[in-house]
Amino acid sequence: MDVRYEAPETLQAAVALLAGATGPAKILAGGTDVIVQMETDLIEPSLLVDIKKIPELRQIAFENGGFRIGAAVPGMDIMGHKALAKAWPGVLDGVKLIGSIQVRGRASIGGNLCNGSPAADSVPPLIAAGAIARIIGSKGTREVPVEQIPVGPGKTSLASDEIIASFFLPARAPHSGDAYQRFTPRTEMDIAVVGVGVNLTLDKGGTCTAARVALGAVAPTVLLSKECADALIGSKVDDVALEKLAAAASAACRPIDDKRGTKEYRIKVAGVLAKRTAQQALEVARKS
Amino acid sequence: MSKKYHITTTVNGDDYEYLCEAQQTLLDVLRDELMLAGTKEGCATGDCGACTVMVDGTMVCSCLVLAVETDGAKVDTIEGMANGNELHPLQRKFLELNGSQCGICTPGILIAARALLERNPDPTETEIRYWLAGNLCRCTGYDKIIRSVQAAAREMRGA
Repeated sequence: MDVRYEAPETLQAAVALLAGATGPAKILAGGTDVIVQMETDLIEPSLLVDIKKIPELRQIAFENGGFRIGAAVPGMDIMGHKALAKAWPGVLDGVKLIGSIQVRGRASIGGNLCNGSPAADSVPPLIAAGAIARIIGSKGTREVPVEQIPVGPGKTSLASDEIIASFFLPARAPHSGDAYQRFTPRTEMDIAVVGVGVNLTLDKGGTCTAARVALGAVAPTVLLSKECADALIGSKVDDVALEKLAAAASAACRPIDDKRGTKEYRIKVAGVLAKRTAQQALEVARKS
Repeated sequence: MSKKYHITTTVNGDDYEYLCEAQQTLLDVLRDELMLAGTKEGCATGDCGACTVMVDGTMVCSCLVLAVETDGAKVDTIEGMANGNELHPLQRKFLELNGSQCGICTPGILIAARALLERNPDPTETEIRYWLAGNLCRCTGYDKIIRSVQAAAREMRGA
């Protein structure tokens, strides 16, 4: 197998390489999934386009009161960003659960998303946050909500010549908080049985005025559940609302049986974890 | 004939130039081309940490890095840890306290532990355990490893 490696320094050059590829091409960011897939012959690319030398893909910047995170920024750099940690602790909790410190030294949220795993830990909190991906391709730029990118295990809605350049996390309203929790048998180095991301905003009286809830590892893609959000919106996130949330989360699941858990187990855990995650997001919102 | 890439790098402060193919991992090149076999291969999928090295100051699994990506980079491996015949305090404490048994995980753990102590000279036991979560040991269990890191940290702090 002859593999060609290119490390362009501009997005335009990277897109041109992908558009001109004559065989299977793969984008290389942190490589923590791509290199394993190559080593195990799951993929056999003839072209690797390393996007880490493109400056805008490696930056975290303030933008319109929010943040723009380059798609190839390694997890350790995201975790070390204090302002981001304060504004979006749930997103950082998701990033913190990706692999080991060695893996996070390389792994990016762009890669975590594009690998297409329904159990990807950074994806539910990004979806709950309302993150928008900026996608660059031959036909131009488009801005796409993160929940529209995965379409099935290992599959995304990106065209073969498109690259995610960055993610935009919007400005925070007062009294907003987010959280991500996953359930795994071990505390580290494991893959989610269920993951839940919750992002909510309270008014001055403590009533929830906006919420987004994303469920991971319980369907072919990470799910954004309107029913879960509706269980919280208009409530004080009290026990009644949390029970409604749990029921909605369990009802939204379309899981598989596998070695990490049965369907029934995942459905049950999704409800429990949704409650716990919402309570954590509530605490964050009350303090902000 | 596959395309070869010309790589210029420093490993443990020494200059190296070599040719590699795009799909060769840094781990493969270190062990098989540069004959630096102190870095071990455990799983080759990024799960075990035996192949941990530093690339431009970042702790990584060398099985999850392509050698072509390290053109111009500074790589640090276990071979650079001792200062000549003088062992690093972490190496000495691993010997004294039996932190190493079969030894396959040890180079990776030493590299990871050094990276931790450079960031945090006085880590708690919990911090050490979480920092080393990506380094698996199948012999000693982890207590002796943790005690070795704690003892080295104490010595390095002069405590």
